[in-house]
Amino acid sequence: MQTQLEMFETNLGSVRTAVTRTSPAAFQETLADVVDEPAIGAPLPFEEVSLEGLDIVLEPTPDQLREAACGVTAAALGVADYGTVVLESTPDGTELAGLFPDRHVIVVRERDLVDDMAAAFERLGERFRTGDGDAVLATGPSATADMGELVYGVHGPRETHAVIVEDDAE
Amino acid sequence: MSSERSRKAERIRQIMATEGDSVERNARGFNEGRYESVARLEDYDAYKDRARAIKADAIERLPELIERVRETVEENGGTVYVAEDAADANRYVRELARERAAETVVKSKSMTTEEIDLNEALAAEGCDVWETDLGEFVLQVADEAPSHLVAPAIHQSRAEIAALFNEYFDPDTELETAEELTAFAREYLGERIEDADIGVTGANFVTADTGTMALVTSEGNARKTVAVPDTHVAVAGVEKIIPTFEDLQPFVELIARSGTGQDITSYVSLFSPPVSTPPVDFDDDGPIADDSADREFHLVLLDNGRMDMREDDQLRETLYCIRCGACSNSCANFQSVGGHAFGGETYSGGIATGWEAGVHGQESADEFNDLCTGCSRCVNQCPVKIDIPWINTVVRDRRNRGAEDGRLDFLVEGLTPDEEPAGMDLQKRFFGNFATLSKLGSATAPVSNWVADTLPSRLAMERVLGIDRRRDLPEFDRETFVEWFRNRDVPRPVDADYHAVVYPDLYTNYIRTDRGKATVRTLEALGVAVDVPDVASSGRAPLSQGMIATAEDHAREVSADLEPYLEAGYDVVAVEPSDLAMFRGEYERLLDERRYRALAERSYEVFEYIYGLLENGVDPAPLGHASDGDGAGSALAYHSHCQQRTLELEAYTTNVLERLGYDVLESDVECCGMAGSFGYKREYYDLSVDVGERLGEQFEAPDTADRTVVASGTSCLEQLDGLLARQPRHPISLVEPDGSE
Ligand code: SF4
Repeated sequence: MQTQLEMFETNLGSVRTAVTRTSPAAFQETLADVVDEPAIGAPLPFEEVSLEGLDIVLEPTPDQLREAACGVTAAALGVADYGTVVLESTPDGTELAGLFPDRHVIVVRERDLVDDMAAAFERLGERFRTGDGDAVLATGPSATADMGELVYGVHGPRETHAVIVEDDAE
Repeated sequence: MSSERSRKAERIRQIMATEGDSVERNARGFNEGRYESVARLEDYDAYKDRARAIKADAIERLPELIERVRETVEENGGTVYVAEDAADANRYVRELARERAAETVVKSKSMTTEEIDLNEALAAEGCDVWETDLGEFVLQVADEAPSHLVAPAIHQSRAEIAALFNEYFDPDTELETAEELTAFAREYLGERIEDADIGVTGANFVTADTGTMALVTSEGNARKTVAVPDTHVAVAGVEKIIPTFEDLQPFVELIARSGTGQDITSYVSLFSPPVSTPPVDFDDDGPIADDSADREFHLVLLDNGRMDMREDDQLRETLYCIRCGACSNSCANFQSVGGHAFGGETYSGGIATGWEAGVHGQESADEFNDLCTGCSRCVNQCPVKIDIPWINTVVRDRRNRGAEDGRLDFLVEGLTPDEEPAGMDLQKRFFGNFATLSKLGSATAPVSNWVADTLPSRLAMERVLGIDRRRDLPEFDRETFVEWFRNRDVPRPVDADYHAVVYPDLYTNYIRTDRGKATVRTLEALGVAVDVPDVASSGRAPLSQGMIATAEDHAREVSADLEPYLEAGYDVVAVEPSDLAMFRGEYERLLDERRYRALAERSYEVFEYIYGLLENGVDPAPLGHASDGDGAGSALAYHSHCQQRTLELEAYTTNVLERLGYDVLESDVECCGMAGSFGYKREYYDLSVDVGERLGEQFEAPDTADRTVVASGTSCLEQLDGLLARQPRHPISLVEPDGSE
């Protein structure tokens, strides 16, 4: 039997998303390895890890948005049986940073994984009902088959990379 | 009439020649992907049931849900406008564009805005409108209409798109690969998005309780369309509303799988606008997050005939449709011609008949309505379980009734003891009354066969009835199956455990009497007491011509003829799968509940019945085995019948044949392309051959070329007979006991 985390990783792989596991302590180092420059991002809504102090512009201008090679944003949930991440929109531009650059690095915490869509919708339902309501269920990179063959990176990222922050083993 | 037929035949030929290959490759690719993807989904059937229940409930409560959406969207800070029709919706969006002095409008894919021709309306307002979905972009540049609900440019190959772009945009270096074309489009459209004043999207679903719209896409263009400009207009048919946010879940599991065979698309965006993402002003150089510009959101809910469809008992289910395109992809005819032949003003494929009739008026379904042959392959593929062929039949029936008075009616008088209006198309009427024709043909055989097959009479049939002279006609037997049984002198088994009526369908009774006789012998060898009474024809023929009242008459007769047998404990065994499909399927709509149940619950397809007997311990020894060697050999290539497959019956035939020692290889193409009268009609002859070739190829591949070909349905047998050098057989001929009379 695969664990939930393993299942998530396997499914990320099958939707063309690279995976790196890390601990809160090693987070910044791991991230520096997977980020292409110039990079933009949005502050992570997490306690254990942060993007502060890395070479990532957190309040990009439109030009920086256009020029960025890489965007780093948080995922609110990971759906194990699809390899899907739930990206929320925020006033500081999370949605934009995950959409414009060629490479999207998604930070997801192990504790935010759920087994399946049913569980994801239950969680999201609570949030949407309180009026806090934008989310993208993102699965793999942007893709199209409209030009006669499957091509990645159409209007959105060509590459997606998930950095999974493991729960602290206390 | 006849020139109209040749025109139609010519048009179909032309579309097959220019677009057929691309359509076939793509549609079949999606379709195969779908089979694989739904097979991976646990509880697929339960999801379908849930999806259907949600839709049924939503359409039932639609007026209340519209009000609920209005409240929630307005609470969120957006505006809702319910537009009565296309003009009303366009006026609203135009006024918005005018108020905002919008120069550039970007759109993400939306069939609903195609339905109302929103682009034209905005262009008339002076806006530069750009489709950002790459498929739609190709069509915009090519000035063509979508040919598929989900993949609008499905009919264009990469080479064609490259030629189109190179000619239209004249880029510095010629574009060639899919990568290059995509990169070019991304760049070009990226600039349009940056400049955009308004972003227009559709909505796959709108949830009433949270005012959330779900957009299912893969490219990311919908997200940019919503995020970048500060004004977002979503145009959605009122039927897109579902009650709660959680109701989205089954659809998220089903929609991509059903459409393109992906488990899920790259993006399922859930917006409860106005969204919290800051709009991007590319002329500004301060941080985006500081932009405090207010976002504006408008939801235009479109009626355009939908509320009337809701009141229409026959068309209502069309509103359950989630526009996934599975019905198109699984349709053998669509795989050959695509939506440019198989579609109306906007919508394409099987369910398009319902949509077009509902939103554009019944006549808009005229051109393509015949292309649904009622094979029913789409029925199980639809994630909300819509009986698409039935909707097509209803629209056909209504069109028949609305037809002008014809002048040639006297020609088929006497041949047409039907319930239909006088002006109905002669060809349809001819095929619809096939029962009478068969009776006559058999009574006068062999003269009728000989007369029918002379060149002058073939020419006359072609001219007047549109029966293609290239198609072999069925040959009538002089002694019918029912007569044969009556004249036979075989003692009935006493104390039989099983009693069965072998249903003498038209083909078995008049044309392929051998398979009826083989069925009787087989069942008797297994100890069944058999009877073959004279029973009315099922009504399949008139039904497929859209003659519902006539079909209903037949259904009542069949039910009355069989009632005493059913009461006496007989089962009903059908040889022709399309007739069994009537008993179990359409009769539910044609008979009252009690009569329907009585028949449906006791009728079986012949191999299903044999399988049941064997499972109940009956000894198969007396049957013909592969080793008996009647010339068939033990290796078989089997083509089940479309309706038989929809009822999931094909495994019984395979199973019984295998028990008797045969090695069976099954075809996996959707359909043989004949579907009863379809392949006889002059306008569809070439198409039926094209569809048939897929089956032909499969049965001529190296591993099947030496196998004996067997098929269950009459039309499949006829089609295979025309396609292959080997003569196909009905499987019952392989299992009937040796040393038969
Ligand atoms: S009718 Fe069913 S299969 Fe066809 S597009 Fe609509 S939902 Fe999909």
